[in-house]
Amino acid sequence: MYRNGFFSLAFHTLFIAFIVAPLVVVMAVSFTGEGYISLPTDGLSLRWFHALWENQEMVDAFWLSLKLGLVSATFATLLAVPAALAISRYNFPGRGVITGFLLSPLMIPSVVLGIAFLRFFSLAQIGGSLWALSVTHVIVVLPYALRLTLASTIGLERDVEQAALSLGAGRFTVFWRVILPRIRTGVIGGWLLAFIQSFDELTMTVFVATPGTTTLPVAMYNQISQTIDPLITAVSTVLIVGTLAVMVFLDRLVGLDRVLIGEKQ
Amino acid sequence: MATYDAERIGSSPWLLTGPAMLVFVTLLAAPLVLTGMLSLNLFSDTKGVIPVYTFANYLEVFSDDYFHEIFLRTGGMALAVTLFCVLLGVPETLIIARMHSPWRSLFLLVVLGPLLISVVVRTLGWAILLGNNGLINQVLQALGITEFPIRMMFTQFGVVLVLTHVLVPFMVIAVWASLQKLDVQVEQAGLSLGASRMTTFRRVVLPQIMPGILSGSIIVFALAASAFATPAIIGGRRLKVVATAAYDEFLGSLNWPLGAAIAVLLLIANLVIVVGCSRLAERRFKHVFE
Amino acid sequence: MTFLTLDGIVKTYGDFTAIAGLDLSVEKGEFLSLLGPSGCGKTTTLQSIAGFVQPTAGRIVLDGRDITHVRPEKRGLGIVFQSYALFPHMTVAENVSFGLEMRGVPRSERVGRVQSALDMVRLHGLGARYPKALSGGQRQRVAIARALAIRPDLLLLDEPMSNLDAKLREDMHIELRAIQRDLGITTILVTHDQVEAMTMSDRIAVMHGGRIVQIGSPFETYERPQSPFASSFLGKTNAFAGAIHTRKPRCYEVKVDNLMFHVPHEGHQFDGNVNVYLRPEKIRLAEPTEARLRGTVRMRVFLGNLWLIGIESPLGPVNVTQPNFGAPPPMEGEEVGLTWLDDDLRLLEQEVAHGHV
Repeated sequence: MYRNGFFSLAFHTLFIAFIVAPLVVVMAVSFTGEGYISLPTDGLSLRWFHALWENQEMVDAFWLSLKLGLVSATFATLLAVPAALAISRYNFPGRGVITGFLLSPLMIPSVVLGIAFLRFFSLAQIGGSLWALSVTHVIVVLPYALRLTLASTIGLERDVEQAALSLGAGRFTVFWRVILPRIRTGVIGGWLLAFIQSFDELTMTVFVATPGTTTLPVAMYNQISQTIDPLITAVSTVLIVGTLAVMVFLDRLVGLDRVLIGEKQ
Repeated sequence: MATYDAERIGSSPWLLTGPAMLVFVTLLAAPLVLTGMLSLNLFSDTKGVIPVYTFANYLEVFSDDYFHEIFLRTGGMALAVTLFCVLLGVPETLIIARMHSPWRSLFLLVVLGPLLISVVVRTLGWAILLGNNGLINQVLQALGITEFPIRMMFTQFGVVLVLTHVLVPFMVIAVWASLQKLDVQVEQAGLSLGASRMTTFRRVVLPQIMPGILSGSIIVFALAASAFATPAIIGGRRLKVVATAAYDEFLGSLNWPLGAAIAVLLLIANLVIVVGCSRLAERRFKHVFE
Repeated sequence: MTFLTLDGIVKTYGDFTAIAGLDLSVEKGEFLSLLGPSGCGKTTTLQSIAGFVQPTAGRIVLDGRDITHVRPEKRGLGIVFQSYALFPHMTVAENVSFGLEMRGVPRSERVGRVQSALDMVRLHGLGARYPKALSGGQRQRVAIARALAIRPDLLLLDEPMSNLDAKLREDMHIELRAIQRDLGITTILVTHDQVEAMTMSDRIAVMHGGRIVQIGSPFETYERPQSPFASSFLGKTNAFAGAIHTRKPRCYEVKVDNLMFHVPHEGHQFDGNVNVYLRPEKIRLAEPTEARLRGTVRMRVFLGNLWLIGIESPLGPVNVTQPNFGAPPPMEGEEVGLTWLDDDLRLLEQEVAHGHV
């Protein structure tokens, strides 16, 4: 490989500016002292962060999204790990179909999922609860947990397992002492990614969220559709900083490229 | 990894995949089937959903110019977004791949990281930049480049621009993955046989990352065609796309059967394009890659 | 006539020195191997000749032309890469044809030259296949055909056999050597496999720590190693640490424990502590009574054509190899005598205290 020339680096600079510009702008605006969208001119003000703290609606939405993310990521991981083990280690009839089905939410437009869940809940007379919302999120984020767990099983050699069995370990012990420690980072990475996807989910949730179960993205979307004020940029800044923190953690844990790009053997 | 022999399988794989499959069949497959059935019902303002089965909603979508325009606009914008993602994402990936550590992993993080940040937040940033009183127009006016603000919010250009920003990381991911599979020595081999750098890139490297560019394009197109938040915020009420149109039928005019029909068509169009293009790409590159 | 000259090549990466001043002359039509362990600088040397690595200092002259700063695509060398680096999206014929195309060879002529290149490596009729449909050995042949089709002045082989299994590797050694002889093409091979270097080369350059520590014909290099490194890297040997006792007209008397070795000095000067080297195949088993050294058989390993016998002696462990004459050698635990010819002993300064290799 060669070094990048002048034009490559110029292109690269513009590209990076394009990528970070909207995020930087959102963060900059959130420190304004004015009552409208503007860049902070005389010093940074925390006025809108105070306003955010006082805004019960946004704070409630934040806690709801947090709970929703924890619950749905956990259930999705609990379902995904055994499924991933079955898919990676048994060559059973229907394996391809099952894998495709469990990954299918990635291919179905979120709008379609939202409409399907709304229709289902209205017929079944349920919905409007955290649990109903969690179920929809489990389905939407399970593919992420499944993909990362599957990726971590790729390096699992069967001889290691056979060695444990030959040394007298039972199948449960083999799972707990030999398999789980080796796929641990994949499982944790999958859980985190599932959590983030649930926390950020908007398009599907917009259909099934009720006034009592408004998640943070839905609350933000509703707000932005009416007017854009600095309050919403303060929420965004909190989200960006929080996501960056999780990102750094994910990167330390499994390597962000592995989380996002998938297989890297 | 190795798998167990067929006769030793027993019931384990079904026990292990069972819980997930149970949840998916009852809570994903069933709702989708119900939505398909709903799309065949009729709607009246007075009686709500009428449980008769007819293709009337589909006929309406196919015959109404209003829906033609929405579907064409959605497809056109998705194509434009895909094109921009190729033009921007492919060179950028190659540039990052040529960097040395730590720049290489740093910039990869900068480019891919936004994927984890809420689409609402990223779109909001652009809304602030693109508005008539937005930062871009303020700068342009301050520099005297334009006297009156250039309209970018609520335009197709604005939606395409922001969707490109939102989706270009997927292109980078796909191309990066195909670059990882590339044997670094083939570039040297091309040069040693007398090909210039340009020729080596065109004849040796590009054909090998083509599958990556294609799969990236398929993903970007599919996501652009079904995008909701960005067209809703940047495009506004009047610049409708398929996803926002379905939303409006469902939650605005409450015509659920028609909204369901639009959703079903969006799903089918998506699947046809994704599966069809993937098959085509696979067949085209079958002999090259395992 | 010198065809390729490397003149004082140095390559450093920050603090790390990959090549520490390397001089090398290669004759036209010669087959030369750069032999050494990983990290000895042999691959960097090859990459410098190929133009993929720019030397920090020094000159590379090919056929009277200074190519130190010529771009790789203008050097016109044939290279066989370790990974073969075949273009996976092109057929075998397209791979071989690529270099000809780059040289503007007309299509009609290309077909014939591709054909004959494939015939030469015995891949007749496989031109339409894609690389992934070939076996490892066949891919290797395509890589050779592709490099040779452009009729390069110089052929560079970068550990080309390391991905082949042992049997195939031996066959390829002989075949590649035959092709090289037929074409009379000047060839440089980089390898860490001493058998490979010895079977194929006219000369072997043993590299260590970014330098050539010895260069010569395979026989000469094997028989007369000039450093403990070369003597242990090429083949196996027994080393005995001792001290010079007296200098005789033809030989040194070297005292190892209580035993006196008579080692030919061949004009070299030695003093003080030295190592005496004796190759396992130069030692013969003898009756204990008429032996120079006695010992007990510790283990014996049958290698098919050879027996490897480990003997515990007063001087420490001694390895002996003996051709398989048919009759098995003494059993473990038996007492044996060892004898040798003085002319087979070699003497080197004790660079580092190193015992048995």
